Amino acid sequence: MCLAVPLKVIEIDGNDAVAELDGIKMKIRVDFVKDIKIGDYVYVHAGFAINKLDEKLAKENLELFREVANAAKNKSK
Amino acid sequence: MQLKINPSEVKDIVEFIKNYDKRKIKIMEVCGTHTMSIAKSGIKTILPENIKLISGPGCPVCVTAINRIDEILTLSQNPKVLIATFGDMLKVPGSRQGFNLATLKSMGAKVEVVYSAMDAISIAENNPDFEVVFLGIGFETTAPGTAVAIKEAKERNIKNFSVFSMHKFVEPALRALLDSKEIEIDAFICPGHVSTILGIKGFRFLADDYKKPSVISGFEPEDILTAIYKIIMQFEKNIAIIENEYMRIVTLEGNEFAQRIMEDVFEPVDDIWRGIGIIPKSGMGIKDTYCDFDTVKRFDIKLDFKDKLTICKCGDIIKGKIEPKECSLFAKLCSPENPIGPCMVSSEGACAAYYKYLRF
Ligand code: SF4
Repeated sequence: MCLAVPLKVIEIDGNDAVAELDGIKMKIRVDFVKDIKIGDYVYVHAGFAINKLDEKLAKENLELFREVANAAKNKSK
Repeated sequence: MQLKINPSEVKDIVEFIKNYDKRKIKIMEVCGTHTMSIAKSGIKTILPENIKLISGPGCPVCVTAINRIDEILTLSQNPKVLIATFGDMLKVPGSRQGFNLATLKSMGAKVEVVYSAMDAISIAENNPDFEVVFLGIGFETTAPGTAVAIKEAKERNIKNFSVFSMHKFVEPALRALLDSKEIEIDAFICPGHVSTILGIKGFRFLADDYKKPSVISGFEPEDILTAIYKIIMQFEKNIAIIENEYMRIVTLEGNEFAQRIMEDVFEPVDDIWRGIGIIPKSGMGIKDTYCDFDTVKRFDIKLDFKDKLTICKCGDIIKGKIEPKECSLFAKLCSPENPIGPCMVSSEGACAAYYKYLRF
């Protein structure tokens, strides 16, 4: 129930929008995310976008995994 | 767009955790979606003896008191009422064995499964002869959506729509658990999507007031493993802070638009939690401005707050006191096909997760 999945926004009309994942389209509301553009990724929970996925931050997140993995490896030695 | 992490890197984290034997750490994963992911990914099976993951009160259906289920089942018998609900609520049994929304529906009650609170508004518009009651369950992730639906119903003057709000705040429940000292919890994996709304600041109290190392985590196995690693490191460094591992969508302040809409519609009220009892100011009541859309007022429901005994042990499970296997009914009398309690019904209940992935 607290699941949220990242979907790609393909249509926007005020607070209504259409988003898709692997070709499956879904009507969503975007009341809580401002300045979204077509092509943005949003996390959708129970029909509402709860936030935008920030690509820059996603990259940083990946960096974090790398760092942790690296540190873990060194500590395991 | 998926984060691509190298399997060998995940292995490095797994190896470290597997071999960690310095101290005992009991970590509560608050969110039911984490419980599911932990069970499914096999993380539980790689943990060393000294590290324990316990499930917390973060499955909305599971924490809903049986009193509310009974009230909903009674309401569904009103021939004018059409219940709109998330699917997870359908099979939650009330006090009378064998009765749930699904069985009552097969006997003629009007019950529709919706994916979003907005769907319930459409149902109300399409069924002017019925009183549509949306069952508002969930924490801060879900409540903002319900708040939008209530505001929209008011703006569009939809008269046959109301919300039975059982929405809850996470913080008071965690405080109640920690204050009761009934169980020992050393650290927390904080719910990623509640944090998306509340921000990192929403979980600071765990470190500031209770000195518990805490990490906000995403839901992929690598997220959870990273969170466990970071918790271990906090113990190694002898610190207790709140860290954010789910940085791709969780910010310091959270989603302020969602927070504002939620505050506009709901106010904190005393609420009853399964297994825990009444927690002051832990529930989201509908403010007077929107009282026309409050099911409890519209149908003059006398909410019952008395403790009701059940044979199911979900109450102890959501407090992290016992594991599903310790319930004598688990996988015997109680299974997903024939659930005795909500922890076996909900797709993110601990009993359902154990049944599916960790039964043997
Ligand atoms: S196994 Fe069934 S009866 Fe036992 S605690 Fe879980 S849901 Fe309740």
